[in-house]
Amino acid sequence: MKILVTAKRIPDPTQKLKLKDNALDFSGANWQLNQFDEYSVEAALRLTEDGANTAVRHGQVTVASLGPADVATQLRSALAMGADKAIRVDAKDDELDASIVAKTLAKLVEREKPELVLMGKLAADNEGNDVGQRLAAILGWPQATFACSIQVVDGGKAVLVGREVDAGVEVKKVQLPAVVTVDLRIVSPHAVKSGRTKPEFAYAEGPRYATLKGIRAANTKPFEQLTFAQLGVTAKATTKVLKVEMPPARQAGKKVGSVAELVEKLQKEAKVI
Amino acid sequence: MGNILVFLEQADRRLRPAALSAISLSRAIHKASGGKLLFVLIGDSVGDAAKEAAQFGADGVLTVEAPALKHYLAETYAPIVARIAKEQGATTIAGCATSVGKDLLPRVAGILDAGVAPDVSGVVSAKQFRRAVNAGNALQTIEVLSDVVVVSGRQTDFPRAAASGGSSPVTAVAAGAIDAKGAEFVELQTQKRDRPDLTEARVVVSGGRGMKEGKNFAILEQLCDLLGGALGASRAACDAGMVPNDLQVGQTGKVVAPDLYIAVAISGAIQHLAGMKGSKVIVAINKDAEAPIFQVADYGLVTTWEKAIPELLAEIKKIKSAS
Ligand SMILES: Cc1cc2nc3c(=O)[nH]c(=O)nc-3n(C[C@H](O)[C@H](O)[C@H](O)COP(=O)(O)OP(=O)(O)OC[C@H]3O[C@@H](n4cnc5c(N)ncnc54)[C@H](O)[C@@H]3O)c2cc1C
Ligand SMILES: Nc1ncnc2c1ncn2[C@@H]1O[C@H](COP(=O)(O)O)[C@@H](O)[C@H]1O
Repeated sequence: MKILVTAKRIPDPTQKLKLKDNALDFSGANWQLNQFDEYSVEAALRLTEDGANTAVRHGQVTVASLGPADVATQLRSALAMGADKAIRVDAKDDELDASIVAKTLAKLVEREKPELVLMGKLAADNEGNDVGQRLAAILGWPQATFACSIQVVDGGKAVLVGREVDAGVEVKKVQLPAVVTVDLRIVSPHAVKSGRTKPEFAYAEGPRYATLKGIRAANTKPFEQLTFAQLGVTAKATTKVLKVEMPPARQAGKKVGSVAELVEKLQKEAKVI
Repeated sequence: MGNILVFLEQADRRLRPAALSAISLSRAIHKASGGKLLFVLIGDSVGDAAKEAAQFGADGVLTVEAPALKHYLAETYAPIVARIAKEQGATTIAGCATSVGKDLLPRVAGILDAGVAPDVSGVVSAKQFRRAVNAGNALQTIEVLSDVVVVSGRQTDFPRAAASGGSSPVTAVAAGAIDAKGAEFVELQTQKRDRPDLTEARVVVSGGRGMKEGKNFAILEQLCDLLGGALGASRAACDAGMVPNDLQVGQTGKVVAPDLYIAVAISGAIQHLAGMKGSKVIVAINKDAEAPIFQVADYGLVTTWEKAIPELLAEIKKIKSAS
């Protein structure tokens, strides 16, 4: 299967945020791959291999990102995990919005002709949760968002996707080509069934680490750099962030010494029981 | 500004609580923008829910019914919402940021080439909204630049609207050609629970990895039942298979804002805090005095749950029987 994985870099979520001129200040940020995108790289690899013999890739996994030159670092890490090819579309982080990203990805889809686009369900920084759905709309493809499991069915013509929805798990079947956005549990041991991997095969929990060999190989894999102009993208942003503020900090309360004291406080002071 | 079209979720012939949050959001926008307020319900049989929706003071309630629309699919619903928005001159399309709203509304926006303000917590003006980002550690004000604005509201930030009486006209709209584009609903795997919904409950009791095993959650369920609350969990507890995944509270799970949130054996990772920081009163029970959860807790108790929860059950029973 030919898969296009999309990837965004985000600032390390455990770092303290800084503000400057009503905007987030990323001057000291440690950038990393958005976790959900790391998970979709893992899912794409699982879909194109036999888990018992990962040396052979059946199909192709291309990872694409829109961002500044630095994004090469995150793309290389995806290549080191095992992806075959990377594409970077040159862009400044703050000139992008969901609409520009989706339209640019649509152009990449036209060019690369994948059977499946795998994306994170959410960029953990701006928390848009909308690029995948927009892309599916633009392409006129079916979509399966919030995937916690993917199974290739109908001889590779469709995928059966378990979706984490509010009420539980919804199972949806989509014909390929399709857009699938992944949720956290897509990297659990039995979440991805490629048809090649034996059904009873259990993956290690979580995304794989790059091996030393993988890291070395990453430097020799194809890495394309493109511009909006080359792709014919002229889209304008449909949203703009006007300002960013820190939310009012929640004051840490007191430690209570006993359960009796806790219950008394909840009853008399907080009046919640 | 033009009109406002609100997508209302319904199930089992009733409006979902999320629909009432969507109505709250749309009333706030309506105040800022004026225009007509229109509701749309889609499904195979939405008549009863539409009658209910007619009591909220909208200028009209539109229903779209067809057997093929029985199960929600973004592929079939999104073009209908987009088409009706155009027909009705709607420049705002609103809904609630549930798993349906988050799946549907960006697809509608993609069709209309409109900007989305996702999962907003406040309305600044008809085109400007406030929303939490970076796991709730920053608040942004976002402006939608396109003529059409698509917006979804965070359920906990838009309390259920109350009916305003009256009766809006209910009009059936043709579904038109329905094309699922190769998508098919197969099944919903769900567990019926007697307790209130996580996002609705006044009290939430959540357990974390420190609960060690699924069967230990029984004691937290007792606490829930005593307080009329819902059970929640951290990602670690869900991933370990202690409880079903749909109980996960956090950035990737449910966002909750109850009057009382009791976090038991949860460390308080930022992704967990993102889902419960808005609670009115937070109680943390953790054996590690340094656990970050204590930084947001109003009342912290440093001890094991094995010791604290049985005592807590006994104390609460005492005051319940006294009152
Ligand atoms: C992209 C991404 C998204 C995520 N989304 C979410 C999310 O939505 N929700 C979420 O919860 N997490 C989420 N996480 C995971 C999060 O980072 C933490 O790993 C997780 O919340 C930890 O769960 P925990 O607190 O139960 O476990 P731990 O961090 O292991 O904490 C267990 C706690 O239990 C205490 N404990 C142990 N034994 C006892 C005892 N006997 N009595 C009392 N206390 C005890 C310990 O002191 C410890 O503080 C996400 C992570 C990523 C990367
Ligand atoms: N700049 C970008 N480059 C490539 N992919 C992106 C970019 N921004 C967002 N995406 C993809 O869209 C997904 C959802 O992002 P969002 O809708 O912004 O939460 C992410 O997990 C990425 O896979």
